[in-house]
Amino acid sequence: METLPAEGLLASSWLLIALPLVGAAVLLLGGRRTDRWGHLLGTATVVAAFVLGLLYTFELSGLQEPRVSVDLFTFISSGDLDVRAGLLYDPLSAAFVLLITGVGSLIHVYSIGYMAHDPARRRFFAYLNLFVAAMLLLVLGNSFVALYVGWEGVGLASYLLIAFWYTRPAAATAAKKAFIMNRVGDVGLALAIFLMFAQLGTTDYDGVFGEIGTLAGGTVTAIGLLLLLGACGKSGQFPLQAWLPDAMEGPTPVSALIHAATMVTAGVYLIARCAPIYDETPTARTVVLAVGALTLLIGAIAGCAYDDIKKVLAYSTVSQIGYMFLAVGLGPAGYVAGLAHLYAHGFFKAGLFLGAGSVMHAMNDQVDMRRYGGLWKKMPITFATFGLGYLALIGIFPLAGYWTKDAIIEAAVDLGDVWGWVLGGAGILGAGLTAFYMTRLMLMTFFGRPRWEEGVHPHESPSVMTVPMIVLAVGSVASGFLLVSLFPLTDWMEPVFGEPEEPAHVIAPLTVALIVTAVSLVGVLLAWLFVGRREVPVTAPVRVSPVTRAARNALYADTINESLFMRPGQWLTRALVFFDNRGVDGAVNGMAAALGGSSSRLGRTQTGFVRTYALGMLGGAVLVAGALLAVTAG
Amino acid sequence: MTLTHYLVLAAILFTIGAVGVLVRRNAIVVFMCVELMLNSVNLTLVTFARSTGTIDGQIMAFFVMVVAAAEVVIGLAIIMSIYRTRRSASVDDANLLKY
Repeated sequence: METLPAEGLLASSWLLIALPLVGAAVLLLGGRRTDRWGHLLGTATVVAAFVLGLLYTFELSGLQEPRVSVDLFTFISSGDLDVRAGLLYDPLSAAFVLLITGVGSLIHVYSIGYMAHDPARRRFFAYLNLFVAAMLLLVLGNSFVALYVGWEGVGLASYLLIAFWYTRPAAATAAKKAFIMNRVGDVGLALAIFLMFAQLGTTDYDGVFGEIGTLAGGTVTAIGLLLLLGACGKSGQFPLQAWLPDAMEGPTPVSALIHAATMVTAGVYLIARCAPIYDETPTARTVVLAVGALTLLIGAIAGCAYDDIKKVLAYSTVSQIGYMFLAVGLGPAGYVAGLAHLYAHGFFKAGLFLGAGSVMHAMNDQVDMRRYGGLWKKMPITFATFGLGYLALIGIFPLAGYWTKDAIIEAAVDLGDVWGWVLGGAGILGAGLTAFYMTRLMLMTFFGRPRWEEGVHPHESPSVMTVPMIVLAVGSVASGFLLVSLFPLTDWMEPVFGEPEEPAHVIAPLTVALIVTAVSLVGVLLAWLFVGRREVPVTAPVRVSPVTRAARNALYADTINESLFMRPGQWLTRALVFFDNRGVDGAVNGMAAALGGSSSRLGRTQTGFVRTYALGMLGGAVLVAGALLAVTAG
Repeated sequence: MTLTHYLVLAAILFTIGAVGVLVRRNAIVVFMCVELMLNSVNLTLVTFARSTGTIDGQIMAFFVMVVAAAEVVIGLAIIMSIYRTRRSASVDDANLLKY
């Protein structure tokens, strides 16, 4: 499809990025003078960006060819490398712009209340604005370099926000962990971009996707796998999933916006955007599938065992993004299903996190669900919105998760043969586990006998916090039906992914839906049997089965990382330091010491006594004379 | 009187001079021993000039004398100044120039 230069309203779409960026700059550079109104400015820029996003989307839907680019300026010009900074506005980026600015606006509003008592609220809003600007650049850039700049920008914002309470060692450590694990993925993305430039001489989407067919199969597979590594790092997918749960050390709105609704879905965006590349390489696509299926199970299993409400939700995020990877790994059959789930997930997971934040707010920042219980009566709005998010997540008809998750599982089953059953089975099993851990979370938090700590008096949050939760709850209820049935995302995305072909169903969609719902209900029932029926102990039981212990340790992901990468890395650095000190420095220092020592020893022969020198001269003269005699005589 | 006699005498004078330089401490005596060595060399030069019937050796001997005269002037001046500062003419006392 042709990319035309943007005209009219769309030519100003750079405003989307500029607004929050200016907001961040004003808040960061303005200092304490902006303390009083900083949060309002921060919120206003994002709301304005949302309104602009709506306008642009309407404008775009009216176009014959809904794919326009905005050329801004030369970013890098060096020899053959000529990178223009520009934006690409098409249905895919438009959808992401609406999600980012829409959910972003709600979470900005919520943060006004949530961070009201934090002395550094202005800094918080500055970072949030910075994040929104970087994320918009990520989805709007028209080249891989622009995407990379946004990619690193959101990584920086994520780091700053996880470490927002940097005086807490746990937060500082978690931020470093997130940053370093993201770098591992970013190396993959950077190498993929280098490879594209080396092979194709261009990094913008039109150029790369137009020429990708001319490359050798191995090169395309390498690019696909490197892009996947980048996506895995950003989206918390296996094997780089361990940073995401730790990232919950940041304030809860951050968890909702960055580590649930938007940034961590950047990997899904990357793979969907690079559909033309993955179309050329079935190998890389199969790896995407495997990563998605494996991660959705790992996340769901770990989610069953944690007592920290935010960590359960974090593992749930890992697991749900696994679903999205599974979907986009399926190729044309799954792109739209994955994006629909991404959208629905953006609503209900953001709502769940905001609900969790509301609960923590009421419980003096307690995150241990074993110290909750019976909150439904004290916090009716939080309970209702959280409950809707919960039903949407476990996929109860007719809420969002039902439509979008089923679409993914259906598409997986439709693959046919063994793969179809394995991936579909993983999806169904994941749905059951999701129902189990979310029901457990609901029961421990809102039902049962109160197990509150002394002096905790739960209360409903102020309306500045509850209103965004209500809006997100409405989204969790409606988005699935809207996106799958009423205004199909398939039609909207058609210019990007092409005409959807009618899938050849292996088993009827209704049967799949019934199976998934049945498995989910079994999960709910099991959770009730294990958690709801009995008294929840205030401290976690120590004598547990090996399975529980493994799940509590997130299937030993940290242990594996530590023993496989961190320790050998430390050994390597220690060996290198030793070699550097003893080998390289040793050779240089040893040489200097040897020369210095021998020269000072030689210096001792300079006694200062004239007669010694005279003896030396005589000896030398005798030697020379003797040698001359020996030569002439011999 | 053969050539050998002159050369042996020169060798004896040179050896006395060299040993004197090495074993004596008094700067004046060391200085005189140096002169002795120079003169033994002069004797050798003149001897060979005479035996070969050329004048090269004799001219060379004049050069040595001129140099020796200049050296005596400077050397005695140095010895005098050392004696003034150290109240001693022993070469072992002037041992500051070392490692």
